Amino acid sequence: MFELLSYGDAGWGDEILRGLAITVQLAIVTLPVGLLLGFLATFASMSKFLPLRSLGFGYTTIMRGLPEILTLFVVYNGVGLLMNAVLRWWAPDAPPTDFSPFAAGVVALGMVFGAFAGEVLRGAFQSLDNGQVESGRAIGMTDRQIFLRIQLPQLWRFALPGLGNLWINMLKDTALVSVIALDDLMRMTKVAVGVTKQPFTFYLLACLIYWAMCVLSELVLAKMEHRANRGILRA
Amino acid sequence: MTQPDIILKAEDIHKSFGHVEVLKGISLEAKNHDVISILGSSGSGKSTFLRCLNFLETPTSGKVTVHGEEILVKNGKPQNVRHIEEIRARLGMVFQQFNLWTHRTVLENVMEGPIQVKRESKAEARDRAEALLNRVGLAERMQMYPSQLSGGQQQRVAIARALAMEPDAILFDEPTSALDPELVGEVLKVMQDLAAEGRTMIVVTHEMGFAREVSSEVVFLHEGRVAEQGPPDEMFTNPKTDEFRRFIAKVM
Repeated sequence: MFELLSYGDAGWGDEILRGLAITVQLAIVTLPVGLLLGFLATFASMSKFLPLRSLGFGYTTIMRGLPEILTLFVVYNGVGLLMNAVLRWWAPDAPPTDFSPFAAGVVALGMVFGAFAGEVLRGAFQSLDNGQVESGRAIGMTDRQIFLRIQLPQLWRFALPGLGNLWINMLKDTALVSVIALDDLMRMTKVAVGVTKQPFTFYLLACLIYWAMCVLSELVLAKMEHRANRGILRA
Repeated sequence: MTQPDIILKAEDIHKSFGHVEVLKGISLEAKNHDVISILGSSGSGKSTFLRCLNFLETPTSGKVTVHGEEILVKNGKPQNVRHIEEIRARLGMVFQQFNLWTHRTVLENVMEGPIQVKRESKAEARDRAEALLNRVGLAERMQMYPSQLSGGQQQRVAIARALAMEPDAILFDEPTSALDPELVGEVLKVMQDLAAEGRTMIVVTHEMGFAREVSSEVVFLHEGRVAEQGPPDEMFTNPKTDEFRRFIAKVM
């Protein structure tokens, strides 16, 4: 069994590790994209301008209602078609390009993360103490300063538990990209199972790796929550 | 004789919430070293008026002038929005609920405005913040978070935070109303010291003792208008309007 997992031509250790690297890369690249979309959705849904507000609510409602795998297919196939259509119109002589599975994964998972994060962040914003915003205003701070110096640092206290859940979900959802042929941990596991006919060994290994990533995430999140709660008395 | 400097001038301030007119044309002038107490029963519009002075509430119409910076409001639209932040930086404000920033230490709360708004160096802001906290008797608490302090201590931090901006005048919005009775004294003492050193203050308050002993002028609001106004001694011993007479009888 250890031979199966060894590093090199004989074993699958190096393939699995490369798959893990792709999974981790995908999740880490998706996170800022998803957070950015989440903040944009939150600002849109809190806007005074009705069309923007509708856009924000529309995005979160639609995205949350779709199965993640369907979103992934639509992005992978649809955006690819769209890109090539635009490319043909823009530069008719250019060769058609491929929308890489990695990029499709980032966009699709980011859109899903953003939709849920938008709701988490909106709730967090509404939980903030408005009096502290007012004291910022009263001292002459600009809206930008108030956001960066008062609201954002306090937002995490309310948003981190929810965002932490979303991160762990997203980490596991990266497994979906294996169906659009991205060589992530899940796909490399399936390949290994196909070749070696040892499903139990390799699926168990994948389980342990995903689980270890989640435990590691929980530890980091607990640290972050502790920091976000500084200055708050706990009963 | 030179005219005493006019620090703050509010002219014909109107404010409506929907169809309800809360302020029906209030004017007020604060000269250097004035301590003006604004009295009135709840719903008289006194807090709303105070909040109109630094545009936490936008008046429906009227004009506010602070240190020569003038903001005219017509139809709920301030004509020169850019001056609002300058006016706010020149007017300190102390709130009923303190509104300290909970994620920053006491010292950081006091340093924040000078660093962010006045672009002072950290060292400069820290020196002044430490001196001010020392003055309000909180030298030992600088590294604590607001939640670790009593209400009276938090309000004294809030006063130090306002002073750190070296404001032309300080607005107090019922600064002792949220405090336990035994903590009111320590805050009033600080305010009294500020008045004694010649700070210009506008105070919305229910503390009749403060209004009478400390302030140089009392303004009594009733149903969105100035019902009576004058030096405290005269007003309290010899109220001219029925409204003020009834008000004193109720609160004293």
